[in-house]
Amino acid sequence: MLKKTLDISSSPHIVKGRSTEDIMKNVVWALLPVVFFSIYSFGLNALFVIFTATFTSVLTEHFLCNLSKKETTVNDYSAVITGLLLGLSLPPSFPLWMAFVGGIIGIALGKYIFGGLGYNVFNPALVARAVLQAAFPVAITTWHPAFLANRFSTISGSIYTWPFMEPQYDAVSGATPLSAFKFDGITTSTAELAFGQISGSTGETCAIIIALGGIYLIARNMMSWRIPVAVLLSAFLLSGVLYLFNSELYPSPVFMLLSGGLMLGAVYMATDMVSSPITPLGLWIYGGIIGILTIVIRIWGGLSEGVMYSILLANAISPHIDSVIKNRVYGTKRKVKAV
Amino acid sequence: MAFFNFHKNTFKHGIHPPESKDETNGLPIKQFPFPPVIILPMAQHIGAPSQIIVREGQEVHRGQLLAKAGGYVSVPIHAPVSGTIRKIANVPTILGKMSTGIFLEAFPFSTQEVLEGNPINPDTSTPEEILQGIQDAGIVGLGGAAFPTHVKLKVPEGKKCETLIINGIECEPYLTTDHRVMLEQENDIFTGIKYLLKATGTQRVIIGIEANKRDAANHLKKHIPKDLPVSVRVLPVKYPQGAEKMLVTAILGKEIPSGKLPIEVGVVVVNVATTAEIGRLLPHGQGIQERVITIAGPGVKKKGNYTIPIGTPLRFVLEQVGVDEEISEVYMGGPMMGVAVSNLDISIVKGTSGILVFTKKDVSRTPKTYPCIKCGACVDACPILLNPSKLGILAKFEAYNEMASDFNLMDCFECGSCTYVCPSHIPLVQYFRLAKRIVRKREAEKKEKVDA
Repeated sequence: MLKKTLDISSSPHIVKGRSTEDIMKNVVWALLPVVFFSIYSFGLNALFVIFTATFTSVLTEHFLCNLSKKETTVNDYSAVITGLLLGLSLPPSFPLWMAFVGGIIGIALGKYIFGGLGYNVFNPALVARAVLQAAFPVAITTWHPAFLANRFSTISGSIYTWPFMEPQYDAVSGATPLSAFKFDGITTSTAELAFGQISGSTGETCAIIIALGGIYLIARNMMSWRIPVAVLLSAFLLSGVLYLFNSELYPSPVFMLLSGGLMLGAVYMATDMVSSPITPLGLWIYGGIIGILTIVIRIWGGLSEGVMYSILLANAISPHIDSVIKNRVYGTKRKVKAV
Repeated sequence: MAFFNFHKNTFKHGIHPPESKDETNGLPIKQFPFPPVIILPMAQHIGAPSQIIVREGQEVHRGQLLAKAGGYVSVPIHAPVSGTIRKIANVPTILGKMSTGIFLEAFPFSTQEVLEGNPINPDTSTPEEILQGIQDAGIVGLGGAAFPTHVKLKVPEGKKCETLIINGIECEPYLTTDHRVMLEQENDIFTGIKYLLKATGTQRVIIGIEANKRDAANHLKKHIPKDLPVSVRVLPVKYPQGAEKMLVTAILGKEIPSGKLPIEVGVVVVNVATTAEIGRLLPHGQGIQERVITIAGPGVKKKGNYTIPIGTPLRFVLEQVGVDEEISEVYMGGPMMGVAVSNLDISIVKGTSGILVFTKKDVSRTPKTYPCIKCGACVDACPILLNPSKLGILAKFEAYNEMASDFNLMDCFECGSCTYVCPSHIPLVQYFRLAKRIVRKREAEKKEKVDA
């Protein structure tokens, strides 16, 4: 005789099986080559900075979950991504205590107070970096040269700076290609940019490895291809027009794409699903805003780099893009509804 | 591929779940044994329940009328087996509600010949006579909706049906009944089409079949009678192509306006098994007594396609085919839109297209949900082009009216594509089903107040 009670559930009874955790995990895998290259080019400094940021992020998430008596959410890997991205966007000789503060801020202020995963308005890693930039403007713009001979044996003194003390930089140098261009008018060759022979934030130097990680995620359907394409295309077009207009004054569009954090931002930060729009057209608009703002800040702004603020601004408009840009529903004519 | 979607011969969005049809699509339809007792609920179609015209203790012949239609949107019910009416009492139905039902005990040694009625000739009868004949035969949509077919075929005043689409898509995974019907009952299908053409006054018929059933498409193409304006269209495999709206868009490139029926764009869509049933029953004036059902799923031993008498208790069916000890879920219909039944005491009804048995380890759904990360997978899946992510968030805030007024909730037909793709495992369709019920209830209440 058959068992009398059965389990019931609402249809559909089969699911695709890919989980949010799988997506997050794959983003981590795609970031690992960037991390490895970063350690390869900046040595122990980069290792320490990235590790501190990531470890602090995960710890903060766990601690906050415990504090609010919820089951810990560290195993969804989103805190790891936040930590890695923060670490990768900091200078290699960044004082560790500052990275520690950044990790806490990213998770606590960038994500947790909004309600955790899925509710954050801004990309948490960029919130942390923006706070660090405001609090420590010198430390976050003091760059460290890549491929020093002793990078695997010695650690910069600035790394160990005690909290609230002035960091002591031993190897002064390393203007980033963007600041070199902006303040001294020196351009860097495309090959050096593409293969990461330059100084900059730990993870932003090698454009090719970043792009490969993005292609992996897009191929696995875990990232919207529209965002990086829209960001890079709009940045390329605007800087291209300016370059055609006056090639003495404005840098080439290829230089603009490969230098600074544009590649890292377009592939890994602007594509944060939570803080980006949801419709295809919305994604194009969002990406376009980031690309154009970045170029505008780089060329006419006071800073040499503008990716972070562009993405944060676009994050802020993203919910509004979603409320204005909607798909036309099947069998209806309405396309846009006034807010 | 998302990059190159030119919407040719298909509809926008949709999903590709594993088809899981290989285990039964090669198995010919087999006759299922009669159960000792048949239980017939009176509410087994959309519309008013049928009204019983027999009494307890009465002996009935197979094919005899047991209950007449309860109104225009209703159909009669015929005896699936010769026997004695044991009891008239409340019986459980698939959705959990109780319905009046007939307990019919089969004569063990009867020949079970079917009673003949008034034959209807497709050439000499008027459209009205054919529609009446379809209603009298108790025919409802056999694809799963169980909507009375004669109502659907009635072309309203001022409208004209230009194209009749025969739905042989069967996009639900596991189900292979329409596939087998197309391979084995081509004569019934073409006879049925003759009736349908006359009833709707149509000049053109397109049979839509998905590319995973090319053998059926070729078989039908080979057997098209010379005097019938029928063409067969093979469409790329995609769920939910079997939905009327999606099928009309895939074949004709037209969209059915929101809240309207296909006749709005000059189309009537009829399921292929329903067509075959019309072609089989009307020439003899008989009523529907049985239907083809796919029994499949990882928990079933003798998988296959069976002709099963309507009213056969589910328990009897599963005992006959043999199921795994660890049976945990049984679905009536396909895995995407079918209903999980709560007990085995319900019986097969006219709308049952499949019986799927899953054991604990086969159920891929997990209870763990994550917050919505706005990945947009649901937006890219929804064939109606809704924003399920936003609707899901609104449902959590119980903003049901806003869901309906600003986000086209009522256009959702619960195909399940959004829930299928959601990486956060949010039960979106369940939210929407609930929201739709609540919105409908509120509207009815509002109307009542205005009327009062």
